[in-house]
Amino acid sequence: MTMPTAVALEDAKVAFRLGDGRVYTAVEKAHLTVAQGEFVAIVGPTGCGKSTLLNVAAGLLRPAAGSVKVFDRPLAELNRDAGYLFQADALFPWKTALDNVAIGLEVRGTPRAEALPRAQKWLTSVGLGAFASRYPHMLSGGQRKRVALAQVLIRDPKILLMDEPFGPLDAQTRQVMGNLLLDLWNADRKAVLFVTHDLEEAIALADRVVIMSAGPSSRIIGDWSVTLPRPRDIFEVRLDKEFHALHREIWSVLKDEVMKGYAQSTHAAEAV
Amino acid sequence: MTRVTLLSLQALVAVVCLVLWQLLSTVPVFGKVLLPPFFFSNPVDVFSQIVKWFSSGVIWKHLWITLVESILAFVIGSLGGVLIGFWFARQPLVAAVFDPYVKMVNALPRVVLAPIFALWLGLGIWSKVALGVTLVFFIVFFNVYQGVKEVSRTILDNGRMLGMSERQLMQHVYWPSALSWMFSSLHTSVGFAVVGAVVGEYLGSAAGLGYLIQQAEGVFDVAGVFAGMFVLSAFVILIDFGVTLVERRLLVWRPTASDGRG
Repeated sequence: MTMPTAVALEDAKVAFRLGDGRVYTAVEKAHLTVAQGEFVAIVGPTGCGKSTLLNVAAGLLRPAAGSVKVFDRPLAELNRDAGYLFQADALFPWKTALDNVAIGLEVRGTPRAEALPRAQKWLTSVGLGAFASRYPHMLSGGQRKRVALAQVLIRDPKILLMDEPFGPLDAQTRQVMGNLLLDLWNADRKAVLFVTHDLEEAIALADRVVIMSAGPSSRIIGDWSVTLPRPRDIFEVRLDKEFHALHREIWSVLKDEVMKGYAQSTHAAEAV
Repeated sequence: MTRVTLLSLQALVAVVCLVLWQLLSTVPVFGKVLLPPFFFSNPVDVFSQIVKWFSSGVIWKHLWITLVESILAFVIGSLGGVLIGFWFARQPLVAAVFDPYVKMVNALPRVVLAPIFALWLGLGIWSKVALGVTLVFFIVFFNVYQGVKEVSRTILDNGRMLGMSERQLMQHVYWPSALSWMFSSLHTSVGFAVVGAVVGEYLGSAAGLGYLIQQAEGVFDVAGVFAGMFVLSAFVILIDFGVTLVERRLLVWRPTASDGRG
């Protein structure tokens, strides 16, 4: 059975005009599809343009060439079917946790009286039921990510775009958050595009792992299916033999790119 | 240091200063009074002047006038600052066109405007309010302008991805951000509103604390000048305390320095 395509980047090229008039090509001819219900992780060295690609899928950036299709329709403006989980803190600091979650519904015209109890339910399902009246600065980094997750999921987007969402968290919290994400995702299996630089995290979470080459002009250079059984537990799955085999295989490709990425960044630093 | 020690040390400073002032202005040292009463008065006279004002009730009228002028100056100045700051921040072209003029007016020492305002608006409260407004406006204006300009890119993108329209972004993102910057300058702008009122009164009026000080000065009543100064300080401290209360209420969502988590 083939599922319909949720997001399709077709030969998408992303370029920026630099201050001095030169054009910097971040991503070259990226071809990537995410089927409905599929969890795809993009892994690549720092600065390879994986976040850029995500912004293109979100409609926050226009590709310089190629096209973006969402459920087979060309994306003309912001991707209204997508929820976006940012790497940096994106909660509204002047709203309580509860209001931060409820806003996604209120924006859509849901009356506040109806939005608040639903927001409370979502806070409870990310484990923060007792923190509804806290402001973001009163929460820890991990708690803020939970609120952000609830803020995105309450709108029930068909596609979930995640930009290294657990990047700033410590190793243990990342694993806990990973499991939470998998639990919530298992409930309705949205299409997920998950950007990370952590290969282990990518294999543990995703159905497919896509590797990007070092930038500039980075391309997609590999695409692996992860057939580990679901539901998975992130702590357990890392002990699996198949996990190790896959990790070794992908790492052999990724390693070169990581080295290239480092070489380029040190080279650039020397040039300055 | 415990709170009690701190308070007693603070009180000690006041006591030492007052005693020194009293002694030097009444007891001759080597046959000479170091602080001649004509120029420096003495604490006892100043205090009795304050008591006289309050017991006769004269002072209330003046305090009231100054308070009304300050509040009006603050409200009008803030309102103007918020609206124009917002407008400029959202319309870069307008901001660019008006930029040199805004800088020019802001560079002008506002005191020189007092005579013009007195000429235009008479000696009543409005000339003082106008002076206060010119002071408050620019503080609030620059803060709001900055606040709207510096809304975090991520928070804006998040708002957009959550489906906010331009109007909703205004309501949920730009507006709270601008207000928080305005409130962070609340102490300064309230202070300036009082400065505008008092300076205006001093330069020409029929009532208010500035008028009281100016009157006393006019008849070489130094005790009256000092008394007016003390009442004015107490007045400003009280207002500032009120502002702190309001601020605490409005900015609960803001991390404080001692919070640590940021």
